[in-house]
Amino acid sequence: MNADDAGARAGRTVYRIRWLPGTDRLHASCFCGAQREFEDPVVLWDWLLGHPEGHRPGRAAAQDAPAPAAALV
Amino acid sequence: MIVTEFARNQWYVAAYGHEVGRRQLGRTVLNEPILLWRTEDGRAVAMADRCVHRRFPLSESPSHLVGDRVVCGYHGFTYGPDGVCVAVPAQQRIPRTARLRTYPVVEQDSFVWVWIGDREPGDTLPPRAPWLVSPDYATVCGMEPLNARYGLLVDNLLDLSHETYLHGGYIGTPEVAETPITTEVDEDAGIVYVSRHMDDAACPPFYAESTGIKGRITRWQDIEYHPPCLYLLHSRVAPVGSPPPAADGTDPHAFHVEVVYAITPSTENSTYDFWAVARDFALDDEKVSDFLRDSNRTVVLQDVAALDTLEQVLAREPDRYQELSVNIDTGGLAARRLLAKMAQAGAVRPEAAAR
Repeated sequence: MNADDAGARAGRTVYRIRWLPGTDRLHASCFCGAQREFEDPVVLWDWLLGHPEGHRPGRAAAQDAPAPAAALV
Repeated sequence: MIVTEFARNQWYVAAYGHEVGRRQLGRTVLNEPILLWRTEDGRAVAMADRCVHRRFPLSESPSHLVGDRVVCGYHGFTYGPDGVCVAVPAQQRIPRTARLRTYPVVEQDSFVWVWIGDREPGDTLPPRAPWLVSPDYATVCGMEPLNARYGLLVDNLLDLSHETYLHGGYIGTPEVAETPITTEVDEDAGIVYVSRHMDDAACPPFYAESTGIKGRITRWQDIEYHPPCLYLLHSRVAPVGSPPPAADGTDPHAFHVEVVYAITPSTENSTYDFWAVARDFALDDEKVSDFLRDSNRTVVLQDVAALDTLEQVLAREPDRYQELSVNIDTGGLAARRLLAKMAQAGAVRPEAAAR
């Protein structure tokens, strides 16, 4: 079983969250190219929606990042 | 938190086309009582389901249709399909304000969609579910009323891991809850995608008995949620070892089931749960149709029972109860966010409400 075979869609403003196989971690990628791993989906969405704050294309952090203020979830 | 506000200026499913005919049908959508009926030439009409005089529901007997007019069963006020009152009892003068609000209607893919909002839809059309009327598919459908807020049904359908526990013996197997998901949100289109692909899974009775597959299966669940109303579950089932879909999109070695839900808020704590199951196999087999209709209705009623209970629990809870979200909720959280954004964007302006 795996989740890798679900196809990613091309799009300028597509957020993607992939559950890393064999772990409890979520890999988030923003349409701007920034990527980061999380364990908590609420913190993950806070980071994605906080765009562009804290987003640095190509940089991946190992741990959940402090959440920016904006959150609707 | 669970979304409770309504997203206005949106299309909602009010009924199946086959429900709307020459007898009035009353539905409440986003707290608005709506009368649905069909003119003699077959056009579906949606208008306010309250007589302007003393508010008697035009969907209630002895209100009735006479040709293309609706006659109020209380005092006889009569309305045309444009909502304009054309007859008032015992007087010639018809008050200028004697007209019912009408709602834009689109009939599409077996559904009757109504536009709820304070502006016209313009070029905006409802999302599609073409399988429901395709000759390449056979469809069964129904609607179950839910005594729970619509956000609970959205949560439920975006997290299919509940199938393992709530729907065991029908559509749930251990693999559903164990397989990680991929979530995507297309901000431009306003669509949430949640995918769970199982490479080697038990075949639940829902699919074993309808397809005839005896062994284990590859099972794909690809959700496409078009908030606020339309939910599509593209389900692909094939015996383990079957070839994957071809590059041109054809997939002759698999069985395909398109599960469609229209999630229509009725009031703050009630919802219309429209459901349909379309399949691309055993098209003329009535036994398969009966089985899928009965099984899916059972599954829907299991959801209804659980969510009705949950609504009662939430209604008694303090406002600031802290809920817990985990990885399986990633898609549901995305849906909540889009719904909240839509509700905010479509909020009724004070001047519009006062018209």
